Amino acid sequence: MTIPLLQVENLRKYFPIHGGVLQRVVNNVKAVDGVSFDINAGEVVGLVGESGSGKTTVGRTILRLEDATDGAVRFGGTDVISLGASDMRAYRKRMQIIFQDPYASLNPREKVRDILVHPLKLHRIGHPSEHEDRAAALLEKVGLSRDHLDRFPHEFSGGQRQRIGIARALAVEPEFIVADEPVSALDVSIQAQVINLLEDLKSELDLTMLFIAHDLGVVEHICDRVIVMYLGRVMEIASASDLYARPNHPYTKALLSAVPIPEPGKRRKRVMLKGDIPSPINPPSGCVFRTRCPMATDECAKVVPELKSVGKGHTSACIHTT
Amino acid sequence: MRHDNPAPSKGTPLLEVSELQTTFDLSKKLSIQAVDGVSFKVHAGETLAIVGESGSGKSVTSLSIMGLLPKDIGRVSAGSIKLDGREITQLSDNEMREIRGKEIGMIFQEPMTSLNPVHTIGQQIAEMIIRHQNLSKANARARAIEMLELVGISEPATRVDNYPHEMSGGMRQRAMIAMALACEPRILIADEPTTALDVTIQAQMLELMQDLQDKLGMAIIFITHDLGVVAEVADRVVVMYGGQVVETASVEDIFRNPRMPYTAGLMNSIPRLGSSISKKRLEAIPGTVPALTSLPDGCRFHPRCAHATSVCTTDLPVLEEAGDDHMIRCARWRELSLNERQAS
Repeated sequence: MTIPLLQVENLRKYFPIHGGVLQRVVNNVKAVDGVSFDINAGEVVGLVGESGSGKTTVGRTILRLEDATDGAVRFGGTDVISLGASDMRAYRKRMQIIFQDPYASLNPREKVRDILVHPLKLHRIGHPSEHEDRAAALLEKVGLSRDHLDRFPHEFSGGQRQRIGIARALAVEPEFIVADEPVSALDVSIQAQVINLLEDLKSELDLTMLFIAHDLGVVEHICDRVIVMYLGRVMEIASASDLYARPNHPYTKALLSAVPIPEPGKRRKRVMLKGDIPSPINPPSGCVFRTRCPMATDECAKVVPELKSVGKGHTSACIHTT
Repeated sequence: MRHDNPAPSKGTPLLEVSELQTTFDLSKKLSIQAVDGVSFKVHAGETLAIVGESGSGKSVTSLSIMGLLPKDIGRVSAGSIKLDGREITQLSDNEMREIRGKEIGMIFQEPMTSLNPVHTIGQQIAEMIIRHQNLSKANARARAIEMLELVGISEPATRVDNYPHEMSGGMRQRAMIAMALACEPRILIADEPTTALDVTIQAQMLELMQDLQDKLGMAIIFITHDLGVVAEVADRVVVMYGGQVVETASVEDIFRNPRMPYTAGLMNSIPRLGSSISKKRLEAIPGTVPALTSLPDGCRFHPRCAHATSVCTTDLPVLEEAGDDHMIRCARWRELSLNERQAS
């Protein structure tokens, strides 16, 4: 067995809350609280969960856009959390991100040419004389053309902007990409175009990707494996087909059953969850899901359930399921 | 919403929109028709879904019905909107105010921006009750608490004094529904009411709206782009594109047998959860949604349509009756056989 490209070990990210006259740290928002998973080279892994589950923070912390509170993120065996700024720069070239909002993530004052050439300059890739050709090639790769180099972001539609965002992420030829809700801001008829593009790029460039999304249909479609998060913790990890066919964790079951089926007259048998996701400032003791869980017992308040194997490559953190 | 009992009785529709045209004057020279000749009917107890992407005119249609178009630039320039047979497009602001809330309630997409942050939830609900039902302040407050309980907010007597920021997203959306329903309107317009919510909360909301419709018998106009939600809640579906209705039919018909290429394209472009076909490549619709300032000639969908011929580039097709209450705006619908979706 080869070493996974990315190993996340017991990752924690707490955001301090300051209060009182002296602005001391009075509490923490436990956005990510002990998350571990691996991603193999060439794999697309989905990260799903409701808003507030910490999925975006996981992605940002892996890339060191946020500083981790604790834990390790090994990329090709090296813990990037402990790297200094200059050593980190080499890793930034290997790990890139595609943002959710194609309107906010492109500088409105820069031409597409500059947006794509900047990363090349920054990481000293290729001779400056080649940069324009490289930028044009990137645009063609994402379904745009050389003519678009001299345009500004506002001249493009949302779908086209997201293509530019993807081209920018690909510019430095990264080995790993975090895609943070890359299609959720797009119109329905445009989403499919961008999903197809990402799939083409995946097979063409052998990309490894962490695909963060709340749309479970999209995740099932594009991902090899899926990680389900709730309130900063991992609830279940399984292959995409396994997760949808045989969900183990009560939270996963509830989440899947809540997705409406685009077929009239059909409806999944719903596991209706009561209330909202609790505050991550003061998460429930034991299993964080127990306050909304239909299976919860007194035992659930006492122990934090470990991820345990429930099938081949399938783990679940629940004391009541096997 | 979907019931097991037979379709609601027809008769005079509760709301009848005919050939509605809404114009926005963007500048002295530039006007756009955000809604261009839209017609549909809604009966009591029925749920009509309006489906479309950004710029399709679905939200402007609902604002036109509510009389909430931005003053100075937006106006209903032609057509009629009849509420229980009464024309409401020509009403004064005061007359419209009597209708809003009392006859037609509305839920917006973003509860945080559509609730007033400086008043408590209770004050906001009571304000409307006092206006329309002439109740005393104390009675209005009691009614507000009753409404909060009806929409499933726990401890309503405490929550009634909460400000919007003290509530979670799901709770705010419930409060919005409570407010919209406080005066028992006969029509509820819900503009993307669950789009900003997580699926687990969305499931709660859809169930709540369904329960309330059963209890109160109101008609619902549900505006959304989520076809899964449409399949779950709608009795009839109106598909909009570029400010026009391009297809309308019963929910079963539109899903099993979409006849307009855009509708069929939408159906095929969504990944379906848990279906074996989902690993297949998605059939994307090429191109982008047109801006209302630069609509193509002929059929507005033709630049993105795989079935377009020369006639589509010049002549705007009319909305034609294809039998069984199924209307289609496509020059070629008689000859095209778009893949009929198999029930999987």
